[in-house]
Amino acid sequence: MEKIILKDIPDLDKISVYENNGGYAAWKKVLSQMKPDEVIEEVKKSGLRGRGGACFPTGLKWSFMPKGNDKPKYLCCNGDESEPGSFKDREIFEKNPHQFIEGSLIAAYAMGIKAVYVYIRGEYWKWINIMEECVSDAYKKGFIGENVQGSGYSVDMYIHKGAGAYICGEESSLMNSLEGKRGYPRVKPPFPAAVGVWGNPTTINNIETLANIPEIINKGGEWFSKIGDPKHPGTLLFGVSGHVNKPGVYELPTGIPLMTLINDYCGGVKNGKDIKMIIPGGSSMPPLTKEESLNMKMDAESLKAVGSAIGTAGVMVMDEDTDIVHVLQRITKFYYHESCGQCTPCREGCGWMLKVLNRIMDGTGRHSDLDLLISVAENIEGNTICALGDAAAWPVKWTVRKFRKEFEAKIKEDKADLPAANKVHGLRKSDEYMTISDHAEQGKVEDLMGKVQELTQNEDIKRFSS
Amino acid sequence: MNKENYIPVFDENEMKMVEHHKSKYPAQMAAVMPLLWMIQEKYGWISVDAMRYVGDLLKLPHDHVLGVATFYSMYFKKPTGKYHLQICTNVSCMLCGGYEVFHYISDKLGIKNKEITSDGMFSIEEVECLGSCATAPMLQINNKEFHEKLTLEEVDKLLNNLRNSN
Repeated sequence: MEKIILKDIPDLDKISVYENNGGYAAWKKVLSQMKPDEVIEEVKKSGLRGRGGACFPTGLKWSFMPKGNDKPKYLCCNGDESEPGSFKDREIFEKNPHQFIEGSLIAAYAMGIKAVYVYIRGEYWKWINIMEECVSDAYKKGFIGENVQGSGYSVDMYIHKGAGAYICGEESSLMNSLEGKRGYPRVKPPFPAAVGVWGNPTTINNIETLANIPEIINKGGEWFSKIGDPKHPGTLLFGVSGHVNKPGVYELPTGIPLMTLINDYCGGVKNGKDIKMIIPGGSSMPPLTKEESLNMKMDAESLKAVGSAIGTAGVMVMDEDTDIVHVLQRITKFYYHESCGQCTPCREGCGWMLKVLNRIMDGTGRHSDLDLLISVAENIEGNTICALGDAAAWPVKWTVRKFRKEFEAKIKEDKADLPAANKVHGLRKSDEYMTISDHAEQGKVEDLMGKVQELTQNEDIKRFSS
Repeated sequence: MNKENYIPVFDENEMKMVEHHKSKYPAQMAAVMPLLWMIQEKYGWISVDAMRYVGDLLKLPHDHVLGVATFYSMYFKKPTGKYHLQICTNVSCMLCGGYEVFHYISDKLGIKNKEITSDGMFSIEEVECLGSCATAPMLQINNKEFHEKLTLEEVDKLLNNLRNSN
């Protein structure tokens, strides 16, 4: 199968090699022959969907940008790539950076944008240096800058280096970070196409999404729409890691069976072991059991059907000996660390889930903890400004549901007594445990001190708040 | 170890760089991140005085710069060792021995997470996914080079090389 992005051409990161292999032809074609709207139509026809995780149709996103030049407009290229298990954009920066640059220039032209910001995570020191050089080469060759190729169109491109915050991969957080603020996500609406970076219309696209654009222009949207799964066409850069013999990034058409990817391309599971769990699209995505994995196709719709998602196509494979509880604890620790702290459900909830998972790992967990975990996760999900809350909740909710036995095996407590959580919850209802304000309301203030003392001595409450 | 105290000041060439960063954005507040990077490159870490200095250069309230510097984990708010080893222990690395590498280095150097060796040579930090999942386990040094597909022997070699390169 012909590759669209990670082509087998040596030194493709050099601008001369890229040009000799048809590079920047699409950019020249767009500038000389196509109107901006025609470019958007072609991308719509291709059926290209965003590669950053949300799978939003790219052409449609571009069409949301206002026409005309009343306000400056911006394109932000999202190379923050911090989702655990994802390492595909790094591969593009290294193997085919100019195709990404060309794609973002075409995108800028299609939306009438004059400034492109490439946001790259700060840890990618090596790849930021590569990109700085590539952008400077493209300026020198006259592909970026004033009056590009004599077309009258001018565009600038800047690299912005992040500084280690997962949340900055969220588009509105990325915009705040770019503006020189703490990376707090913004409430939507207004959406970036209306009010984006510096209050102006903005589009944010993933690096891989943009890297597909030149070939769509060269070969046509229809050609692209016939690759892979019709509802999610094109190729994906699958980043496979964990217990496989040949981990790495594999560019393959969407809809490829997961087992083909693992067995034929990644050389199967290490040491001939069995699979226990697979995370199909980066650590935020609900995991798959072995049974679900066997007939799974890797595209947005097939994974959606089983309640998971393609995400960033970062596939993490775990063999039969993996401690699932430890994996979930580590994932939750990550979200606890990375929660920006803006929304209470996410900030507090991640800490709660981690605390509960820590005690299950320590061997002091309780049977009620499993329902407690699901309950906390469900109270984070959907109640936060950005999707980090969901990203933290999904793995907890689905891993506990799908691998409940693994968790139960770690809980030594043999009798499932009345959950401590419910007792605390019940305080407000029963006569025995009235709240302090209830007492105050009923005028029983003289009893208060005694009640408070009694409450603080209650074993269940002590355990619960420890 | 980096200097405990320093007087933050940019020379003429660095001031040109400051102007270059300002020119990249329509509002100069956006230059705060590149400027904090410049401070860290020069002095190894970012002191509160340095945050004030950056605030003055960009005409920003000092607390804004403090807010930005404390939000991002790659800006060091305390001095680090000469070689700051950032070891990934996130899922993909963990599955391939990330914690073994972390504990091995920690035991060998006799320091815990975010501590500095007494000679100031090394400090270690457990970090989140660095996008090196297929080449796990891995570590990064001073926010720069990746060292991937580590084994314990290679860790030994790496530590020796760093020590001897002095």
